[in-house]
Amino acid sequence: MKTIFEEHEAGRGTAYLPSRKVDLGAYLPAGEIREELPLPELSEVQAVRHFTGLSRRNYGVDNGFYPLGSCTMKYNPKINEDTARLAGFAQVHPYQPEATVQGALQLMWELQRDLGEITGMDAVSLQPAAGAHGELTGILIVRGYHESRGDAKRTQVIVPDSAHGTNPATAAMAGFEVVHVPSDERGGVDVEALRQLASEKTAALMLTNPNTLGVFDERIAEIAEIIHAAGGLLYYDGANLNAVLGHSRPGDMGFDIVHLNLHKTFSTPHGGGGPGAGPVGVKAHLKDFLPMPIVTMENGQFHLSYAAPHSIGQMRSFYGNFGVLVRAYTYIRALGGAGLREVADDAVLNANYVLSLIKDHFELPFDRIPKHEFVVAPPEDLVRQKGVKTLDIAKRLLDYDFHPPTVYFPLIVHEAMMIEPTETETKETLKAFADTLCQIVDEGRENPDYVKTAPHNTVVGRLDEARAVKQPRLLERLGG
Amino acid sequence: MKTPSELRYTEDHEWLRPEGKSGRIGITDFAQDQLGDVVFVELPEVGRAVKKGEAFGVVESVKSVSDVFAPITGKVVSVNQGLVDTPELVNQDPYGQGWIVELEIADDAEVQALLDAQAYAALQEGGH
Repeated sequence: MKTIFEEHEAGRGTAYLPSRKVDLGAYLPAGEIREELPLPELSEVQAVRHFTGLSRRNYGVDNGFYPLGSCTMKYNPKINEDTARLAGFAQVHPYQPEATVQGALQLMWELQRDLGEITGMDAVSLQPAAGAHGELTGILIVRGYHESRGDAKRTQVIVPDSAHGTNPATAAMAGFEVVHVPSDERGGVDVEALRQLASEKTAALMLTNPNTLGVFDERIAEIAEIIHAAGGLLYYDGANLNAVLGHSRPGDMGFDIVHLNLHKTFSTPHGGGGPGAGPVGVKAHLKDFLPMPIVTMENGQFHLSYAAPHSIGQMRSFYGNFGVLVRAYTYIRALGGAGLREVADDAVLNANYVLSLIKDHFELPFDRIPKHEFVVAPPEDLVRQKGVKTLDIAKRLLDYDFHPPTVYFPLIVHEAMMIEPTETETKETLKAFADTLCQIVDEGRENPDYVKTAPHNTVVGRLDEARAVKQPRLLERLGG
Repeated sequence: MKTPSELRYTEDHEWLRPEGKSGRIGITDFAQDQLGDVVFVELPEVGRAVKKGEAFGVVESVKSVSDVFAPITGKVVSVNQGLVDTPELVNQDPYGQGWIVELEIADDAEVQALLDAQAYAALQEGGH
């Protein structure tokens, strides 16, 4: 496909600027004035076709199955878009007087309350703009809490070796030393190792439950006790909340702080760099450390409250990604408590269905009943003898119009493929995906080179992704 | 996992092959196996002076991005340009064509202080 600059043809442009009446020389230095601006010239229909063509090369959950593990690529109901576009939400200004935005504030207040109820937390900030931003908020709260108690020796954050990379990155960014706790043979936290690591230096343990292997840590109560007995806090990475929605709550498991990814569990859009939303909830003893403002209610009136002397400060301009909050609120209201519980039921059922169809064709590093996602690896003979690896299988899936799963994560599993179907897929889609995966394994045994050079049916073949990131070509010289 | 006896090693899973006043550096067989398929190698500029322990290159694989640390203090004499187009050489021939950088040795004592093959092999068995 040509770039829009390559489609340029002089004289085809449809935008004509009026002749200049102003003497620019009176306002600008001579060197800053130019007569030519060689923007690409295209007819209107060419421009429309160009951008429509680009959009058709996109792949999203509205196109097809998107089992990207840990990302919860569920379908985003279109009613979310309707409500987000209501004038009372879409056309308010952050500096408007409170009295004129009571509806918007009520939505935020109710969402704070709903997310608190869902997670078992006492107070919630809607400010963080993404999951990792929520993590940073949470860990700054950890720091603020220990500092407020004059407890300066807590310099370590414990993170499991199966954790999302953002966990250690967040802890390091907030100035903590990262200490890794290994996984046990069942894929959970090695509790005995944790017992050795927990000390008066422990600021917090960051944990995802169910974890990145998709398995629920049943020893969570014991884990919480170890950390609390050492004087540390327990941080819940909400990436996998979809698995336990309406069934169990981080607050009841003993967690003190939680971040949520509204763009995962609560069906707001992913990708394109966002915007996301990563609200943070805390137990009562940490309430005063939340970023400000929080929405409060007094006598039926909603207010933005800045009253928190221990607050870690503002994490984002104004009140978070408000349009995203409207979508998440809509989702929660549309489904209700029973519906949200069913989300988790179906997400877990779907993952287990796919696993049951492929488990005899793949390696299972941890052969347990997973929650909403699971991790497998290609069979040993395929990798070692045929040289067909996870990346090749992922690329071959593109030929069958499926988005590949997450690959090479979690790091503790060699050649990992992390599959999360989500609750919004039909049994037929799940079966078709599972059958395709098994078929690709067969193809790899019969014709390894064909799989190793996939994809074959896409508009571009296998790309040098590493170099595209390291040496991107982002500039086009105007006027050729 | 191969651990050639004529090389010196670091705890960061790199090797150094001293040859006169300079030495080639790469990552070990164990390291390349752990990283998985290498897709990109970022090389330092020739002539750059580096201190022992300084990160002066990057090896990116399908699953992670890892710094390459200078095992000794010295100056970059040459880099393996072959890795620009065929980074997979790091996987295929980690001790040969997959070398990354050649450093001029500033202090021979630093070379002597590196691990020998036996010590490095013991380190691997220790589960690192």
